[in-house]
Amino acid sequence: MLEKADQIFVLLLHWLVSFLPSNWQHVASVVLCVATIVLLYPALFAIAVLLERKGLGRMQNRYGPNRAGPFGILQPVADGIKSLTKEDIVPFRADALVHFMAPLVLVVAVFMGFAVMPMGRNMVLVDLDASLLFFFAMGASTELSIFMAGWSSRNKYSLLGAMRAVAQMISYEVPLLLSSVVIVMMTGSLSLVKIVEAQNHYSWGLPHWYVFTPWGLAGFVMFVIASMAETNRSPFDLPEGESEIVAGYFTEYSGFKFALFFLGEYVGMFGIAGLGTTLFLGGWSAPFAFLGWVPSWIWFFAKVMAWICFFIWVRGTMPRLRQDQLMNFAWKFVLPMTLVNLMVAALWRFMGEGLLRWAVCSVIVVVAYAAMGRVEMRRGHLGPRSYRYAE
Amino acid sequence: MSFAFYVVAALTLAGGLAAVLLKNLVHCALALTVAFAGLALLFLQLDAQFVGFVQILVYIGAVAILVVFAILLTRGSETPKSSEIFSRTWLAGLVVAAAVFAVLGWAVLQAAPGLPYATVAPMVTVQEIGAALMGRYVLPLEIVALLLTAALIGAVIVAMHEKEGAR
Repeated sequence: MLEKADQIFVLLLHWLVSFLPSNWQHVASVVLCVATIVLLYPALFAIAVLLERKGLGRMQNRYGPNRAGPFGILQPVADGIKSLTKEDIVPFRADALVHFMAPLVLVVAVFMGFAVMPMGRNMVLVDLDASLLFFFAMGASTELSIFMAGWSSRNKYSLLGAMRAVAQMISYEVPLLLSSVVIVMMTGSLSLVKIVEAQNHYSWGLPHWYVFTPWGLAGFVMFVIASMAETNRSPFDLPEGESEIVAGYFTEYSGFKFALFFLGEYVGMFGIAGLGTTLFLGGWSAPFAFLGWVPSWIWFFAKVMAWICFFIWVRGTMPRLRQDQLMNFAWKFVLPMTLVNLMVAALWRFMGEGLLRWAVCSVIVVVAYAAMGRVEMRRGHLGPRSYRYAE
Repeated sequence: MSFAFYVVAALTLAGGLAAVLLKNLVHCALALTVAFAGLALLFLQLDAQFVGFVQILVYIGAVAILVVFAILLTRGSETPKSSEIFSRTWLAGLVVAAAVFAVLGWAVLQAAPGLPYATVAPMVTVQEIGAALMGRYVLPLEIVALLLTAALIGAVIVAMHEKEGAR
């Protein structure tokens, strides 16, 4: 019974396609899977937007949306209808074709990433040999769509926003990739399915997730920072800024194209959260051995939503960085830390089992973190801060 | 040759031709990106997953962005005043592109008889590629790594020099 609950979607798919003639079954199952992914993530997007607006509202001592439906839960529906019925304004001088293509390229690229994501036991659309590489390749394609949007609008604010966004995404893509490399080094595979399986072991009821090792923890922290910057989330939301560059690269978009950019941003967030979950938090595996009976897909989506909640929390608490701080942080702190982490991972691999490697690797990570932080603080003339509130 | 091959090949050719013929430089760069994407799809059609994905990651994710940045940071980004779509020097561009293609094609055709002829497509996993890079081809890999590091340091030095001069 419990196994059936775990595999419910797989069984449902087999049952549905069994009505068709045998030479259609493969095509039908692929189409069904794709349709599910394309419907599921916009639904999650609606939930996440509502959660974000309500949660941010509470963090800022206000109610958030509470007019549409009970407690405002119909707000995403109202927003959707509004964006569908709004006039789609294209600037007269804009490059019509590129302006039209940009949101499409973005949405297609972010959805492609889910093709290789293991969302549960046996729940992956295509089990590629190099699925991690595929995900990063799709992520890299989104940068171009942002540039297309900013450039084709023929608007200085848009162009500046696009340049900021692309520079930021390129800078943080390096630590994002390098922090994932340690996982590949340990697993010996680029396949996301194999990476999850390698973490799905338990000793004393506790899981062998990569985040519970010195190099895994350091890689995880770097990955979270880089993923926030990649998805243009606060505190790295420099590409937008009402007081500086209006809405950044999508200033000149309205109506449904604007909604597509919004959707692309959130679905990209789900993608990166799903990837981080798969790499560091054991994907669909349960956090304790005795909870193994809970269906695997529940764990995956619970972890992704927890990750989104963390993003919302950070957005509600952290002030945003300045452009030069952003770049300095990427190139002078995050990147060297990921390089040190590569060394630590190699050391871990060749030191063999035992407590010694735990001690040595932890010490290296902590010392590197503290030393790099201090040097940067001194160079930036940043001492301990003192705050003076209204007295 | 399947139907998909013809579609992808047409896409790649169209992208390449547009990159040579169009007037607006940013359009050319975007058309070049289409050609890169088509090339990646062709690799994937040949079951070369690793090369296909690396083609997307490196060429679309990095090289295309670099080209675009280079265009925008120079005066090429200015929108042309006239409403012509095609470049005035389209013929010269086409001739140069055709000449390069001819040389490459000639070289490939010359080398083809020397290559082992396989009737069955080899199945190469990413793991095997990794093992080969770390084992047999480790020296070329190290040389490339050294070259790239030198280029990186050079770029940093160039950037740093300008900054000090500005102060």
